[in-house]
Amino acid sequence: MSESLVTHTPGTLAPALLRRSLGDALEMVHGVDAVALEERAASLAKRSLKKESKVWGLKLAISMMDLTTLEGKDTRGKVHALCQKAMRPDPSDPTIPHVAAVCVYPTMVPFVRQALKGSSVHIAAVATGFPSGQTYTSVKVQETRETVAAGADEIDMVIDRGAFLSGNYQKVFDEIAEVKEACGPAHLKVILETGELANYDQVRKASLIAMFAGADFIKTSTGKVTVNATLPVTLCMLEAIRDFQHVTGKKIGIKPAGGISNAKLALSYLVMLYETLGGEWMNPDLFRFGASSLLNDVLMQLRKERTGAYQSGDYFTMD
Amino acid sequence: MTELETRERLTPGPASSAVVWEYAPSLESTDHVKVASRYNLFIGGKFVEPHSKKWFPSLNPATEEQLSEIAEADKQDVDKAVAAARQAYDKVWRRISASDRAKYIYRIARLIQEKARALAVVETLDGGKPIKESRDIDIPLAAAHFFYYAGWADKLEYAFPNRNVAPVGVAGQIIPWNFPLLMAAWKLAPALAAGNTIVLKPAETTSVSAMFLAEILQEADLPPGVVNIITGAGATGAALVSHDGVDKVAFTGSTDVGKRIQRSLAGTKKKLTLELGGKAPNIVFEDAPLDQAVEGIINGIYFNQGHVCCAGSRLFVQESVVEPVIRKLRERIQTLRVGNPLDKNTDVGAINSKAQLEKIRELVESGVDEGAEIFQSSCALPQRGYWFAPTFFTGVSQSYRIAQEEIFGPVLSVLTFRTPEEALEKANNTPYGLSAGVWTEKGSRILKMAQQLKAGVIWANTYNKFDPTSPFGGYKESGFGREGGLHGLAPYVVLS
Repeated sequence: MSESLVTHTPGTLAPALLRRSLGDALEMVHGVDAVALEERAASLAKRSLKKESKVWGLKLAISMMDLTTLEGKDTRGKVHALCQKAMRPDPSDPTIPHVAAVCVYPTMVPFVRQALKGSSVHIAAVATGFPSGQTYTSVKVQETRETVAAGADEIDMVIDRGAFLSGNYQKVFDEIAEVKEACGPAHLKVILETGELANYDQVRKASLIAMFAGADFIKTSTGKVTVNATLPVTLCMLEAIRDFQHVTGKKIGIKPAGGISNAKLALSYLVMLYETLGGEWMNPDLFRFGASSLLNDVLMQLRKERTGAYQSGDYFTMD
Repeated sequence: MTELETRERLTPGPASSAVVWEYAPSLESTDHVKVASRYNLFIGGKFVEPHSKKWFPSLNPATEEQLSEIAEADKQDVDKAVAAARQAYDKVWRRISASDRAKYIYRIARLIQEKARALAVVETLDGGKPIKESRDIDIPLAAAHFFYYAGWADKLEYAFPNRNVAPVGVAGQIIPWNFPLLMAAWKLAPALAAGNTIVLKPAETTSVSAMFLAEILQEADLPPGVVNIITGAGATGAALVSHDGVDKVAFTGSTDVGKRIQRSLAGTKKKLTLELGGKAPNIVFEDAPLDQAVEGIINGIYFNQGHVCCAGSRLFVQESVVEPVIRKLRERIQTLRVGNPLDKNTDVGAINSKAQLEKIRELVESGVDEGAEIFQSSCALPQRGYWFAPTFFTGVSQSYRIAQEEIFGPVLSVLTFRTPEEALEKANNTPYGLSAGVWTEKGSRILKMAQQLKAGVIWANTYNKFDPTSPFGGYKESGFGREGGLHGLAPYVVLS
């Protein structure tokens, strides 16, 4: 079962989103009760997945991963190794699918393109002054254009948190719309950086602004701050996606990133996705994990399900 | 399946479109739990055969299989039990020091914790509630009540400052089948802490966990006769309530029986507390956090299959947000997992008994007849056992039976309102007054509603939250007296 589970092909995106305004987004904003939200997330995390349902979930999780390296010291060599892992996570088990994408800084894109030649793994790149976003809009737009030209299928942008937190929602909205235009055929993920937002009310607001401005995916975090993806914050975003779909008919994807370190947690995210948005979202076109060390933990769990025993960490490659 | 249950199924919600992820059964193991095939009465610290030499079957409502046989206590047994309680009171319990009393209660709490897993399994097998609930709510709260009241035993003079505090004497306590062990804890813990001895009668469909509790009392070395547990049905309860040797009666159950008890106690010196039924309003305002409000609605009525006296069985939605609330409710109800209560992923378990299932069906039928619109989850129900799919009615009027009478099942009635004043008027327009829920982001509105709602327990932006420190009880026909907290001690003491 090594066929591609990623069905979205770059270059065949739907035409420009129907023009919507900031007002549409703000109209759908309402409070989010933190205590109740966290309770719901915790109760979903109590689901017990066993046997076939667990194996299925773990393999799906792999097919949804954006294997990521975002370090100042990234080089062609590092990126090449990561790409091999991305295409064949476990050479000893042909039933294990390839990951969804490899995610890198813009200048690494040509190396990724080369390494992934012939494979269905997507090329994702961060852009727009990642991770802080504290630079000029013109620079963000130019960076996006050049990164797409270099071969990126997907762009992960950051919102202007300074503008958001000071109430300048129009600026946040307009910037996303401009970057979306610069993406051309590439799909756009909008990182809200939930760890910098004050509360779940703001997360909902940012999610709605991003979706109405043209995001294809909303993403929790850059992974570069202390608090990254959590179950409740992701649930808050899932609920915003559900409401957006009801109003516009459009399905937006979601990518929790950072802090998803083990298979059990990954399965909890999938359960939460399934019980909130349903089976239609259970594929890499609408859900991604932004992760690096998660893959080995999932492979370890899969091997345990297959052989009945946990193997030492030495049997799983560090790329 | 009755014709009623196949009518008006919901259009399949999110859980059944595109990819279907079947969770494999994740059953809680039962091999470590030994349920005896027959139990006797627990009197004077020993298990004794009933005078009648009669036992009745106790079924597992999820399978209809017999779980055990329970002893039927008759008048003679009640006499014996009350005498044992009186003896223990005079000779032992009112003589030992308060801190020694506390130690026994603390021991019971610890033993409940140690045997938590087994107790949770027993509760699920005997009563039909999901293992997730007995494990995470019933058993931990039961232990918590004993821990909490153990702390009060030797501090009663601080509970009632400047008063002389004395126990009442022998308490006769009757508990229901919806939270068997937890209700036993609510009754026993404060009574023991205040220095009383007890005769307890569990509900006839759920006596097994009480028998496990009796074994725990033996293991705790509780002096014989301090707590006596006599099993049986209505007749046993009546004999206990009317016994002259009982100084105080505590009853949790239906309003009808509560009224009968109160009538029978008139003219006697017996103290009485009653915790009866409810038809709680759950009020959702237009500025409520909608998705969380829907969770609260679901929790309010489908938790424990709706077998909850404080269940939010009347949903009042502000008219301006009726469409999204109903839409989300319809989607959410489809993701509730109904089935084997021993499966850790089950959300809604079995209806406690055939009799209760009949009552629910009858009232649901009346709802349809009176003209309300019915929505039911399209979940598959097991062949054997007593089951009812989560249901809600829209277009309900105040006068419909489903808006007036306590259904005690997974059935919600939805009504609308325009202003807070109208919500208050309709919410209070009931003979009951046990609990209520308010959903709004506006703090001042929470405070105003809480002041004016005639309910003993009011939850804001949450529902069904319990704690041993928090007093629980009703207004009007939901009863009187409180359980939990400092207030929970009051019915068990005489002040001078």
